[in-house]
Amino acid sequence: MREVDIAVIGAGPAGLAAALACGESGATTLLVDYMDAPGGQLIKQTHKFFGSERQFAGTRGIQIPDIFIGRLSKMPNVQLMWGVNASGYYADSGVLTLEDGGKFIKVKAKRVIIATGAAEKALAFENNDLPGVYGAGAVQTLMNVHGVKPGDRVLMVGSGNIGLIVSYQLIQAHVEVIALVEAARCIGGYLVHAAKLRRAGVPILTSHTIVRALGEETVRGAVVAQVDQSWQVKPGSEREIACDVICLAVGLTPLVDMMWQAGCEMRYVPALGGHVPARDENMRASNPAVYVAGDAGGVEEASSAMISGEIAGISAAKSLGFEVQGAEARLGQLKADLAAIRSGPTGEKICAGVKCATVCGGEW
Amino acid sequence: MSVENPLYSHFAQGREDSGRPLGRLRPNAVRLKDHPILEFPAGREVEFTFDGKEIKGIEGEPIAAALHAAGVTVLRHSPALGRARGFFCAIGACSSCLMTVDGVPNVRVCTEPLKQGMVVETQKGHGHLPID
Repeated sequence: MREVDIAVIGAGPAGLAAALACGESGATTLLVDYMDAPGGQLIKQTHKFFGSERQFAGTRGIQIPDIFIGRLSKMPNVQLMWGVNASGYYADSGVLTLEDGGKFIKVKAKRVIIATGAAEKALAFENNDLPGVYGAGAVQTLMNVHGVKPGDRVLMVGSGNIGLIVSYQLIQAHVEVIALVEAARCIGGYLVHAAKLRRAGVPILTSHTIVRALGEETVRGAVVAQVDQSWQVKPGSEREIACDVICLAVGLTPLVDMMWQAGCEMRYVPALGGHVPARDENMRASNPAVYVAGDAGGVEEASSAMISGEIAGISAAKSLGFEVQGAEARLGQLKADLAAIRSGPTGEKICAGVKCATVCGGEW
Repeated sequence: MSVENPLYSHFAQGREDSGRPLGRLRPNAVRLKDHPILEFPAGREVEFTFDGKEIKGIEGEPIAAALHAAGVTVLRHSPALGRARGFFCAIGACSSCLMTVDGVPNVRVCTEPLKQGMVVETQKGHGHLPID
């Protein structure tokens, strides 16, 4: 059976950053992803990143995977595997099972960094299962990765950054965004993204919700309505609109199956999107061989995923005795960068969630 | 909500042209050509069948993307209630898009790469795995 020091599951922003930190330490590192190409959700993020240069501010998301892969592929101690599904982790023996084109592979790893990301949440409304109702990420994949339009007229549900950004990207792909509805009284995402939409003439309807999708086999329209302060539909405010796509941007939930399987202590933290592993400040889970990175540890965004990935990578390597140059200073800088990203009103909720998920005192 | 609200002029327009074939895709218009940021290099065209019908797609794209580009949005029907199911998550996580591909049931066509000559079929019920 193959043996590695550290296996990183998932090659999105968190997994790429984690693998790079592990590789730099000299640890033998295996990075696997079930998709045929690395990058996770970065491969469809056509917008330029904000924040600090350390997290690629000013660079478009789609350009970031190549920067990591360029560096990782030069490291002889790092192996990259794409199109390989990590199907199980056996905590008693530290064995990871991988499925590679119908073949079953076992790898023994001293540490596992789980960076499996998150999946789109659904929303309860009548006919929400009709074809034509998509997760916002799926719309983004279809048009930005595969160059296929999801339809002609889109109703966007949810005004977080994903709802706002994907609406703008739909317009860039020459798809009409008929409106964006948001049940809260204010938009959830950044003003800069909302402003682009308003300049493009897209109505952003706050205090509005979708009541039902219309259509038999596919979406042909939607009923939207105003909601009052207790989130109840105001009678008589229902209105039918014609659309062939209803795009749900109502949040994500961490993909944590492997952490359940590894017997990690899990906590339900709504502010982080659902069940997440309890962790210390260095992203180590209750099973000391398991680290978590990125959205799998709580839904945020790609910049913070890269930071938590690097924290997990440095910490996992250090725990095996590998020398990581300037480890303490780097960890301090990374934690300061995370705190900066988590400042502001949206960050408050994240910080409260992270506090719930972090073990008392920050250490196991 | 008042009809005079200028925000709804958009919707009124939508109602007026509701004679458009909404919900029915136009197969020739769904592949993106001009995009301000992205380029979509012409891939190798391959042929496959969907329930016996010959369809063309691009090699390596997910089967669901090729079907979508060909105007196929209903990928299966739910086993219990027979409700139509389409493309939802695009990352192989939600099970909305399960189909039978080359005789193997429950293939997640949103992530399965398209190959020349694939036989893609709508699956009945939970799918049947032929065992010799």
